[in-house]
Amino acid sequence: MVLMSPSGDVAAQQRDLILWSTFLMLLVIVPVIIMAVVFAIRYRAGNDATYKPDWDHSTVLELVIWGAPLLIIIALGAMTWVSTHKLDPYRPLERIDAGRPVPEGVEPLVIEVVSLDWKWLFFYPEQGIATVNELAAPVDRPIRFKITSERVMNSFFIPALAGQIYSMAGMETKLHAVINKPGVYDGFSANYSGAGFSEMRFKFHGLSDADFDAWVAKVKASPKTLTHDIYRELALPSQSHRVTYYASADDTLYHDILNRCLNEGDVCMDEMMAFTELGLPMCIAGDPQDRKARREDNELRELLDLTMADDSDRRSLNQ
Amino acid sequence: MSELDLTKLIFGRLSWESIPFHDPILIGTFIMVAIGGTAVLGFITYKKAWGYLWHEWFTSIDHKKIGIMYMVLGLVMLLRGFADAIMMRIQQAWAFGGSEGYLPPHHYDQIFTAHGVIMIFFVAMPLITGVMNYVVPLQIGARDVAFPFLNNFSFWMTTGGAVLVMASLFVGEFAKTGWLAYPPLSGIIKSPGVGVDYYIWALQIAGVGTLLSGVNLLVTIVKMRAPGMSLMRMPVFTWTALCTNVLIVAAFPVLTAVLAMLALDRYADFAFFTTDLGGNVMMYINLIWIWGHPEVYILILPAFGIFSEVVSTFSRKRLFGYASMVYATVVITVLSYLVWLHHFFTMGSGPTVNSFFGITTMIISIPTGAKVFNWLFTMYRGRIEFEVPMLWTMGFIITFVIGGMTGVLLAVPPADFVLHNSLFLVAHFHNVIIGGVLFGLFAGITYWYPKAFGYKLDPFWGKMSFWFWTIGFYFAFMPLYVLGLMGVTRRMNKFDDPSLQIWFVIAAFGAVLIAIGIASFLIQLYVSYRRRDELRDDSGDPWHGRTLEWSTSSPPPYYNFAFTPRVHDLDAWWQMKEHGYQRPTGGYLPIHMPKNTGAGVILAGISVVLGFALIWHMWLLAGVSFFALLAVTIGHTFNYDRDYHIPADEVAGIEAERTRMLANHV
Amino acid sequence: MSEITHDTLTGSAEDGQRLQFHETTEHHPETGTLLGFWIYLMSDCLIFASLFATYGVLGRSYAHGPTGQELFDLPLVAMNTTLLLLSSITYGFAMLRMQMGRLGGVMVWLAITGLLGAGFLGLELYEFHHLITEDAGPGRSAFLSSFFALVGTHGLHVLFGIVWLVTLLFQLKKHGLIAENRRRLFCLSMFWHFLDVVWIGVFTFVYLMGVLP
Repeated sequence: MVLMSPSGDVAAQQRDLILWSTFLMLLVIVPVIIMAVVFAIRYRAGNDATYKPDWDHSTVLELVIWGAPLLIIIALGAMTWVSTHKLDPYRPLERIDAGRPVPEGVEPLVIEVVSLDWKWLFFYPEQGIATVNELAAPVDRPIRFKITSERVMNSFFIPALAGQIYSMAGMETKLHAVINKPGVYDGFSANYSGAGFSEMRFKFHGLSDADFDAWVAKVKASPKTLTHDIYRELALPSQSHRVTYYASADDTLYHDILNRCLNEGDVCMDEMMAFTELGLPMCIAGDPQDRKARREDNELRELLDLTMADDSDRRSLNQ
Repeated sequence: MSELDLTKLIFGRLSWESIPFHDPILIGTFIMVAIGGTAVLGFITYKKAWGYLWHEWFTSIDHKKIGIMYMVLGLVMLLRGFADAIMMRIQQAWAFGGSEGYLPPHHYDQIFTAHGVIMIFFVAMPLITGVMNYVVPLQIGARDVAFPFLNNFSFWMTTGGAVLVMASLFVGEFAKTGWLAYPPLSGIIKSPGVGVDYYIWALQIAGVGTLLSGVNLLVTIVKMRAPGMSLMRMPVFTWTALCTNVLIVAAFPVLTAVLAMLALDRYADFAFFTTDLGGNVMMYINLIWIWGHPEVYILILPAFGIFSEVVSTFSRKRLFGYASMVYATVVITVLSYLVWLHHFFTMGSGPTVNSFFGITTMIISIPTGAKVFNWLFTMYRGRIEFEVPMLWTMGFIITFVIGGMTGVLLAVPPADFVLHNSLFLVAHFHNVIIGGVLFGLFAGITYWYPKAFGYKLDPFWGKMSFWFWTIGFYFAFMPLYVLGLMGVTRRMNKFDDPSLQIWFVIAAFGAVLIAIGIASFLIQLYVSYRRRDELRDDSGDPWHGRTLEWSTSSPPPYYNFAFTPRVHDLDAWWQMKEHGYQRPTGGYLPIHMPKNTGAGVILAGISVVLGFALIWHMWLLAGVSFFALLAVTIGHTFNYDRDYHIPADEVAGIEAERTRMLANHV
Repeated sequence: MSEITHDTLTGSAEDGQRLQFHETTEHHPETGTLLGFWIYLMSDCLIFASLFATYGVLGRSYAHGPTGQELFDLPLVAMNTTLLLLSSITYGFAMLRMQMGRLGGVMVWLAITGLLGAGFLGLELYEFHHLITEDAGPGRSAFLSSFFALVGTHGLHVLFGIVWLVTLLFQLKKHGLIAENRRRLFCLSMFWHFLDVVWIGVFTFVYLMGVLP
């Protein structure tokens, strides 16, 4: 049972939480089941136990009846509040595992994830590479996943590593996690997304630093590169897509997927939002179709960067 | 060219290719349904029963008959929903190690969607509504519901929705989106076919029925209680019905709105839930769960009510903690609106929002827990008779607390991050819906059956049904908990890991046991009918009941009560018996009753045609049926002659017969 | 439910003998039509609430398209609002005539109400047509989708109200101010005023706040 014996610290804490909550609840569930059985046997007709047909109230009992579950829920609620904040997937990790805090100066490995019909695309901005349906990370180094979707909603889930989070088009969700043991783990979409959903699976490799470097080198040796055009082809629906390595990927590709502006004529969503926020009409940048001109207009760039500064921490609707 | 346009205008996108000739499973099913259907229709014709059915049932505005028709609808649809379930179980037990199973994704995906939609909207809802319809007016000492015609209309609209879902089996396809049809998957780009349109219009048409029935029962309970029945003297089942109908009235409009928006996206290029043009998918998910979470309480509250009646009757004791039962019900009703977000903790909300919704969810377990204890203390120092309804109740208490526990576990957001969308979740909600709602319905059916038909259900086959259902449930769903902890997600149609297979095989075996449980129930209906003379109850009060429905004959006369009862206690009928109440045998008065009408059937029929036309883009037919709908509705409002008086003599005759029966009984 | 009695039970048989367990006269429960219609209106209100919420979320998702500030023609909407508010007043006059039992007056004021409603609808259709021809139809952006859905749903309700009103005119002509018709007049009255209240919400929330920068 992978959830009960995970290999990442976050998943391990989630496992502990499941066990503790179950234990707390059993405190009330077990007595209920015992009472049900005992009362059923003892007070069955023909057993001649005490019979009080008009007994229908007892203040003390009522207090216990409402009080006992209340106490358990108070305990569980406190646990929920603390653990939900501590295990918030958006929150950068503070520890590698129970005994080790994240060392000073260690930056998380950033991986950008895109769910497509029906495969996973991973960008490694730091390494400049991209892969399809295969993921790798060095052991004991925090990972920061930035997740989006081409169109359909999926859920990015590696049970051995950490909990899942939805991938949604035009939005970015985040997940922080760390893998503690080398190994090969299952990853998949946990949210039904259409005909090829059952095959939307990948392997996640937890590697030592040296093995990870070797893996990166292997990917870099691939003759393929990921451009906007190749991405458009990749994004067409396909099932059981084979593992693919791209030695390099267009710098802005992930940004353009996330902000839905793959084509030259499109206006990126972050720009739209910034314009709206600044109250600027679209025509300020001249031809709205000409993104290049907007990128080169320094004054405008500064304005936009200002409004988008906190963009990376913007959450989805239910804040 | 113009001929082509005409074809398109009339037939829309419907063509011979829409009929799934290539699919042997569907064609086989179709042939079976066709043979079965022809047999039933032939039998009715042979018996010359059409007139009887039309006059006595289809056009009836008697809440009792409508209640029974709801039950029939629910049970028929249960068979369809269960057929889907067992097909899924077989597929998942089969499709291992490179095998594709026997269901390709496009078929499998329709099946799990249809299973969810049918079980919730066309099994649980009609059965719950049916029981409420039958029992509530009797329990509050009323002669009918507040709006008898609306009641008939509501039933036929619900049936209309079911008809559309069934039609999708043989004409076109059903949605391949999961039962809540999340966009963008259900949007026009990813689901261009008719499946999602079937889904939308079936639910919209049935939704009208549900909403109106909610208004109807709500007004009935508020306005039509017998004199003396203050709110705190209302039987617990009526209380739960009241709360459920409040929830229906306050939740279903949101479903209507959100499905209408999805329809606008699909039909008219609106951009509510699109990925481009500023649409927002999260809006859909939020809105649909603002309906969806109260919906589960709509189903479970009346089941709680049934258990309360059953426990107190068969323990021969007053219900323990009536007031706290009532408060618990009301608290659950209110809280059910504050928890919807727990269905998508994984959408990326902040920890404060997530833990707020997690904790409100847990708080619901407090009143629910109080209810469980109240049932236990009703049994405490009672004289419990383990008739079949009581068996279902015991099965419920033990099964439901397990489901409740896993539910609270899922309400802890970080735990939900690993359990969400897994088979653990699937096991959890089946645990509460089967262990809670379904067991409750079976308890209720067995309990009130003698009231409706005048004879008890055969206890042997009832016990068979109970044991097969209960054991089957544990076999079918405990493995799913395990699989969930193994990180297996839901809605998969094949698997790589061979170590999982054994669990799916056990689950499939459980489904077979449940199938035997369902069969036992049907046999029970048949056997009981054959043995009806032995099982006959002349007293009208076979279980020594406590509430007003047992004070009248079984089956009750169509006016329910010759004289409106006057209530002085919660257990009104029990108190009447204690005081040696003598039933009046004279002094009858004419009784004011509503007349039957065919308008409900006709309106719902036109609605189905309209829905079908919209699904297939048959714009001409859609236009015609829309105006027909309007015309019939307006025409119906010109009918002012809607009620009549039952002459006192007729009442006297029926009551004299009852007096004779009671004399026989003693 | 004025007959509710709160008997206290002493439990003694003698007291019990005196308890009356059934009504000996025909019991008439209060008619629930007005309550039922009110509950229906509240559920309808929730449909509008959902649409308002959607507009609240999507109302600034212009998708690089026109904004409310650029599109809304406040004088036109003000006129529209006036028509609808006036129609509520005229419906009120119809109800006053009903209380006086004056069928002719009821029908005249109803007809005026219907005409005002039709005027409202006409202006709304004009506005919609204008927007669509300006390439600001519902498919242009999520903002416009939610705008058209909210305002359009209200408009459909008004249309339905007018159909009902005309039907009722015929029924009044045929049967006069009988109890059923009075009840229907009451229901339509609630419906009509309800639409007014919703419109005030639309006017404030969509139009007035929409033209704010």
